[in-house]
Amino acid sequence: MAATTPGGAGSPDPARATAPASTLAGALRLLDYWLTVYRRTWKGTIVSSFVTPLLYVVAMGVLLGGFIEGDPAELEGATSYLAFVAPGLVAAQAMTTVIGETTYPVMDMVKWHKVYFGMIAAPLRVGDIMLAHLAFVLFRVALTSAVFLAVMAPFGVFSSVGGVLLAFLVQLLVGLAFATPVYAYAAGAKDESAFNLIFRLGMIPLFLFSGAFFPVANLDAPLELLATITPLWHGVDLTRMLTLGRVDVSAALVHVAYLVVLAALGWRWAARRLQRRLIA
Amino acid sequence: MTATDSMIWAQGLRKGFGDVEAVRGIDVDVRRGEAFGFLGPNGAGKSSTMRMVAAVSPISGGELRILGLDPAVDGPEIRARIGVCPQEDTLDTELTVRENLFVYGRYFGLPRKEVRARVDELLEFVQLTEKAGSMVEDLSGGMKRRLTIARSLINRPEVLLLDEPTTGLDPQARHVVWDRLFRLKQQGVTLVLTTHYMDEAEQLTDRLVVMDKGLIVAEGSPLDLIAEHSTREVAELRFGVAQEGDTHEVVARQVEDLADRVEVLPDRLLLYSHDGEETVAKVHERGLEPVATLVRRSTLEDVFLRLTGRTLVD
Repeated sequence: MAATTPGGAGSPDPARATAPASTLAGALRLLDYWLTVYRRTWKGTIVSSFVTPLLYVVAMGVLLGGFIEGDPAELEGATSYLAFVAPGLVAAQAMTTVIGETTYPVMDMVKWHKVYFGMIAAPLRVGDIMLAHLAFVLFRVALTSAVFLAVMAPFGVFSSVGGVLLAFLVQLLVGLAFATPVYAYAAGAKDESAFNLIFRLGMIPLFLFSGAFFPVANLDAPLELLATITPLWHGVDLTRMLTLGRVDVSAALVHVAYLVVLAALGWRWAARRLQRRLIA
Repeated sequence: MTATDSMIWAQGLRKGFGDVEAVRGIDVDVRRGEAFGFLGPNGAGKSSTMRMVAAVSPISGGELRILGLDPAVDGPEIRARIGVCPQEDTLDTELTVRENLFVYGRYFGLPRKEVRARVDELLEFVQLTEKAGSMVEDLSGGMKRRLTIARSLINRPEVLLLDEPTTGLDPQARHVVWDRLFRLKQQGVTLVLTTHYMDEAEQLTDRLVVMDKGLIVAEGSPLDLIAEHSTREVAELRFGVAQEGDTHEVVARQVEDLADRVEVLPDRLLLYSHDGEETVAKVHERGLEPVATLVRRSTLEDVFLRLTGRTLVD
């Protein structure tokens, strides 16, 4: 038990504790932690993953959409309101899933159960911990988005299989673009009341006004401009281009660049805030 | 400069948080196989020191080497070779006892098979084998602490850091923890612990430093410190409030020539002398009638009182 190993490095011994060689190697050491957590929680999430999209599609797409004339000129090229709203709902769900996963759960890790403090006491670094947690968040987004897209496929709202596959990948990017900044915000927040700002001034307005439910062209010019600089609009528009099969390449590249830059800036901010929280 | 078989070596070590200086320049040298203690009241700078030694808190000044390495450069390497039992448990309460240990072992880059074997061994060591499948949130405080100690041993550390290992535990749970730590010490693990319990320091440490307000005020073995800063025995006298309005201060002046030193506490007088019974007899000869007397050996509590004028736990 706990015998003192002789100091100094010898030949590599598999039973010898070491520091990870890279951030990826460090994050992989956390795989078993996140697998264990997921094994304990997946049952609670799987039902909502299936039911939520069904409810949305029936209520918004079929019932509400029944009152809306499917005019492609009015609906950014969609031939039905269901086809218009479906990609918007997918992207909006990627956003809400991510915000749910990077607010309270992150605060729990740094403030309530302090599990991160246990991790940082081991040979892991802030970047390792962030990468593993964000990878888990992306895994959750991948699952819910895949289910969402699969549930909507029978409604005939997708123009091509390739478009849907690309739209699926776009959800990971949308997820990451929201995950890193919200994670950063949560990692440095004093208490959970800080999340009211995220939910009330961030998530809900974005959900309602970022072009998921109606074309942003319907807004007054200044509001339309405001809508088009929000991250969710870029995600919604990109997703819709792909599911409707009406891709404007230069606009698509702008969307991708916007989301990548947001994710990267969020990562840097998160690393700084988490470092300050854990290493003080 | 730094000796190679120093497990922990610090010189002029400082830690500040904004305007507050928690650690104000301390020198420490912990040798291999030693059980070393930081004794002091809350706010003395013990936990800040431990976090720097655990390589999770950058130093503000001075020099620090852990296992000969600089924590500012080799933090992860250091953390791979030490064990940390923090003051506050950082267990995942939604996982089982076994899962907590298993995932933690994986953080150190150990193969799954190796970790599983160590988990069984450690569960046995901290007497939690029967609780292996229980959720952590269902454990008692003492069991959680034992689990945290087991977790800190998963990498077979060369140094084990324990920050207030028994604070908040009931007496029985404390004795179980002490017993396990004593076994580790016998196996040659270098122990570094902080405590504000003098009995804990006396039971577990070979050598300790007394910290007060961010500084080390004394250093030595528990026995040496007592011999150096206190007398062999202490007579504790308690006087009733009805005793003709005499306060303890007034009584203290009447008996101060009977002992080497007299301390006045809110509820009692401490008379330091070589022979406590003889001192008590002399007090009675003066016509003073304490309502309660106790003669005992000097402890580290007396050392602390002598050095700082304050008690450890208040």
